Amino acid sequence: MPVDMRTYLGHVELVNPVTTAAGCAASGSELAQFFDLARIGALTTRSITMAPRAGRPTPRMAETPSGMLNAVGLQGPGVDAFLERELPWLAQRGVRTVVSIGGGTVAEYTALARRLTDAPGVTAVEVNLSCPNIEDRGRVFARDGAASAEVIASVRSVMRYDVPVVAKLSPDVMDIVSVARACVDGGADALSMINNPLGMSIDTEAMRPVLAAVTGGLSGPAVRPLAVRCVWQVHAALPSVPIIGMGGVLTGRDAFEFILAGACVVAVGTALFHDPYACLRILRELEEILAARGFHRLADAVGLAHRPPGASTRHRIDLEESSL
Amino acid sequence: MRSEAGAPAEVRKTPVTPVQVTGTVLTTRRVDAYHALTVVAPGIAERFRPGHFVGVAVGGTQTSMLTRRAFFVHDVKPDYGGTVEFVFSVSGPGTAWLADRRARDTLDLVGPLGRPFPLPRDPVTCVLVGAEHGSATLFTVADALQRRGCRVDFVLGAASADRVFGALRARRMGETTTLTTEDGSLGMRGRVTDVLPGVIADVRADAVYACGPMPMLHGVTTVAVEFDIPVQVAVEERMACGIGVCMTCVLPVIGDDGVTRMVRSCVEGPVFRGERVRFDDVGTIPFDALGAPGGGTRNAG
Repeated sequence: MPVDMRTYLGHVELVNPVTTAAGCAASGSELAQFFDLARIGALTTRSITMAPRAGRPTPRMAETPSGMLNAVGLQGPGVDAFLERELPWLAQRGVRTVVSIGGGTVAEYTALARRLTDAPGVTAVEVNLSCPNIEDRGRVFARDGAASAEVIASVRSVMRYDVPVVAKLSPDVMDIVSVARACVDGGADALSMINNPLGMSIDTEAMRPVLAAVTGGLSGPAVRPLAVRCVWQVHAALPSVPIIGMGGVLTGRDAFEFILAGACVVAVGTALFHDPYACLRILRELEEILAARGFHRLADAVGLAHRPPGASTRHRIDLEESSL
Repeated sequence: MRSEAGAPAEVRKTPVTPVQVTGTVLTTRRVDAYHALTVVAPGIAERFRPGHFVGVAVGGTQTSMLTRRAFFVHDVKPDYGGTVEFVFSVSGPGTAWLADRRARDTLDLVGPLGRPFPLPRDPVTCVLVGAEHGSATLFTVADALQRRGCRVDFVLGAASADRVFGALRARRMGETTTLTTEDGSLGMRGRVTDVLPGVIADVRADAVYACGPMPMLHGVTTVAVEFDIPVQVAVEERMACGIGVCMTCVLPVIGDDGVTRMVRSCVEGPVFRGERVRFDDVGTIPFDALGAPGGGTRNAG
């Protein structure tokens, strides 16, 4: 019997729980050469900014053990070009699109959200809170619950009521649960974690940092345990909030780990650089794993690792499992 | 010849659809300082055009090396449904793993990737310039040019004799072949750019094709611009994915509209018109590039 893979982001139904991670699918057309984007739960765009951005100088990438560092610097075409070309292209093909937005001030996030309000084809908005706050000496919004909540509340207030607002959290904080709680109190319909923790690599031949930007975001399986811990803690504290889990998902097993920790959607990022078909392969592997464990529905497995020791995996009543 | 960098954010695709194949290694060989692997990859071979490259996964199924290695295709043959050959030197753990592959091992390849070399419509005279293993890219170009009735002349160079790739084949294919080494162990002592003006003048070249390290491409472009002839360069930038999603292989290129953009060498390239690439600014974001910090745009992270 096929497993019911449907999942919910807020009240929005996704046909399956696999999405791309922000910034790992460019405009979408690149991956569309390999598979039909409508077959995955959703496609998350790169973080859209108000103006076009050239990004950081090269080298922008350094391979590290089981991961990579990147410092791309949100290179992108700006919201005008995005709304004119990229979003309609995705909407035309029936791709459920989570639009990631990034800004330097609360006003910029709000202005971006306002631009997206009337745009057809926005399934959800993911707020990239790991952008430097110009009004706070360039410290990132995600470091601070109050700053994050201010952005989320502002975006929520201008966004259409039927488009969920997702807060993307950084693991580089003292207490991710408190930031998560602040975002939910600010009106976030869902949470997404983790953004890249900062890392650094030094070229021992040149005796200089490898990246032109010196530090960069670490991604890949190297950060997966960190990501699973964040999802676990936030789900334990806020069991009713849907979580998009991500961080080094390479296989269906890895996706299942996030589901068990409490994520109801799993995003694939760095794996796409290695394997352009990663999303569909991970989806198939996840379905096989669920079927092999006797699950009829994906929703039954969400957060299952939180059950008390000795508790059965099956007898969960319908109301209890709603990560809806 | 076509331009490479077009309107902002235009959704661009490679002219052919790449495929991912698990190919079997047919042969491995050492060519002086380099390694060459021939892999059975029918889907890639049949779509291939000169200038395309392949993205190779390294380290096997449980690899800790997540980024693909990009290599220009040296040759395609129809054997076993289609094979591709690429040439590389060992420069780290990924290429060291590749150098250890033996016949009948399997390799995960994605290709063909990138925009190929544009070819002239008329039978003209072309000088093909290669440095180090960048020369490997040029032989399929030479083949395609000769089939169009073009005259082909080679200029190949490297640091030393064992790093000059394809000298014999160039001598067979080219009308003339000029070799350079920096230590003088083969051909003329010096760099390819030292002899290129003479070659262009002697053969009355109409176009230049080049592949090699960035400083060499810069030099070749400067020479071609002096002679006022078109120059097509294939760049070897560091990439993570090769398919246009990771945004790490960018360089500043001037578009048809005169605006400099940070374009991906894997999707908008790797072949560019030389005079459009801002070689002096590679590795930086030029202040006048679209979306550069401080260029009237907000810098948010």
